Amino acid sequence: MPLSTQSQSGNDEYILVASLDNARNLSNILKAISFKDHAIFNVTQNGLKVTIEDSKCLQANAFIQADIFQEFTLKEDVVGFQVNLTVLLDCLTIFGGSTVPGVNTALRMCYNGYGYPLTLFLEEGGVVTVCKINTQEPEELIDFDFCSTNVTNKVILQSDSLKEAFSELDMTSEVLQLTMSPSHPYFRLSTFGNSGNAHYDYPKDSDMMELFQCTKTQTNRYKMSLLKPSTKALALSCKVSVRTDGRGFLSLQYLVRNDDGQICFVEYYCCPDEEVESNE
Amino acid sequence: MKFRAKINDVGCLNHFTRVLNTITKLTKTCVLRLTVDNVYFVLSGKVANGGVSMWCELLQVNFFDEYQLEGVSSEANEICLEVAPENLSRALKTAQNAKSVKIKLTKKHCPCLTLAAELPSLSSIGRIVTHDIPVDIIPRRLWHDFKEPTMPDFDVSIYLPPLKTMKSVVDRMKNLSNYLVVEANLNGEMNLKIETDLVSVTTHFRDLGNPPWGDNAVQSQSRDVETMAHARVDIRKLQQFLMGQQVNPNKSMCTRLSQHTETRCSDLQTGVKSTTYISMWAKQRRWLLTSGEHRVTTLHSPSTTPL
Repeated sequence: MPLSTQSQSGNDEYILVASLDNARNLSNILKAISFKDHAIFNVTQNGLKVTIEDSKCLQANAFIQADIFQEFTLKEDVVGFQVNLTVLLDCLTIFGGSTVPGVNTALRMCYNGYGYPLTLFLEEGGVVTVCKINTQEPEELIDFDFCSTNVTNKVILQSDSLKEAFSELDMTSEVLQLTMSPSHPYFRLSTFGNSGNAHYDYPKDSDMMELFQCTKTQTNRYKMSLLKPSTKALALSCKVSVRTDGRGFLSLQYLVRNDDGQICFVEYYCCPDEEVESNE
Repeated sequence: MKFRAKINDVGCLNHFTRVLNTITKLTKTCVLRLTVDNVYFVLSGKVANGGVSMWCELLQVNFFDEYQLEGVSSEANEICLEVAPENLSRALKTAQNAKSVKIKLTKKHCPCLTLAAELPSLSSIGRIVTHDIPVDIIPRRLWHDFKEPTMPDFDVSIYLPPLKTMKSVVDRMKNLSNYLVVEANLNGEMNLKIETDLVSVTTHFRDLGNPPWGDNAVQSQSRDVETMAHARVDIRKLQQFLMGQQVNPNKSMCTRLSQHTETRCSDLQTGVKSTTYISMWAKQRRWLLTSGEHRVTTLHSPSTTPL
């Protein structure tokens, strides 16, 4: 197979080599955060973390652990670079987005270090495509300083329930308001659009609610335009955890199963909308 | 000028319809050239910077049970018409189950191709659906534009990979670049390449096979089997051409590379020979328009010239 002959000759040069029998295990999860062009890759012995940011208020991260890959070799402790995610996704799906069972695109992703392009070897049905994508120096990432000790409210929901709500959200509303409370309404999503106000309530003893840990009543608003891209991650996920901290910062964590049933995570951090302050 | 023809066989009718559907996807208007032996659909590439030209030749006896032609004059026993292939496709769509289809050149308020389809009917009286398709008669002085371009010496001729794979790759490449380079050699290897500031992508196809050519064209015998011939193509035109191709197991598709890329499709069973050119060089365009004036040798430049 062409890919394996490449590895014998090329392996020594690359500081990162990551292989997948099914490229969709990478492309699907990257699609969940692909709302902007520039993505920052942070690679450690644990695996791949890919980050996209928007207007300094939103950060989306996709985590693909090292054990998801059939081969994962990293010669340094940390490797970081920035690539155009749209281009990367076009390359990963070069053979089309077909979901014919048994037909997979195999991937070998290689990186030689600072200044070198990200090289992808993709193979399907005996046809090999080689892509070299230019990399840039990674921009500094925002640290949202969101740690579990500061979490005031946390729920874990089954994604199906939220998927329905998100698909019906009134997009004419500039904000999505989230209320979490140890008492009624427990967990409420609200919109204020041209058609009027809408509320989606999830009681704490609902079947969909897997975990409910709310200590304090909090209401926060987030710009709808910032949260809209998170619906892609929601669509792929089976569970989602929603947490807010004392400052009203929001953390959404999505549990995603790939084609082989392995688990990956996608996480969104969002700042509250500062224009309107409401703490009911 | 007179033309009347009739198709009685449903298989022939379907095949004719399929050919027209493919042509409709490629162009809004084209030239229909009728001779005693053949029906040709021609699109000459009058585009400034590369585009699709097409030459499709149908052996009349393989489609029509009756065929009568009286051309413009006895020395020029042909008729050339400009027509919108979509009009023909649409008319043929209603004639899908027809017992017979007659095509005639008529004069209504303007010259027309009249299609009369006899449709099966439960009652004893048959139903006839008639379509009048307006056409423009092309005067003789312009006919030289539509003669079959003679094949230049080409460097490489190769069978194309499965269309589905090629379409997927070209679709993705179109998102990344405006131009694509096609490379092929006599070892059955073909590469599609794009290169921009952001990214370079090369797709390698192997074991494609090279067709043997015995007709007019002369394949260069002394050519090293591994050397690649390459041609640079506008991706949108290539995509347009690939979209028009309908999968047919009887067809063999191959590309010849000399200075331009030509994809030739020959249906070995029923005598449809169609050649679509995707031309890229200004030089090429001159040649296609004034076919016959240029000698092949002046056009042919070494394929290894870097682009």
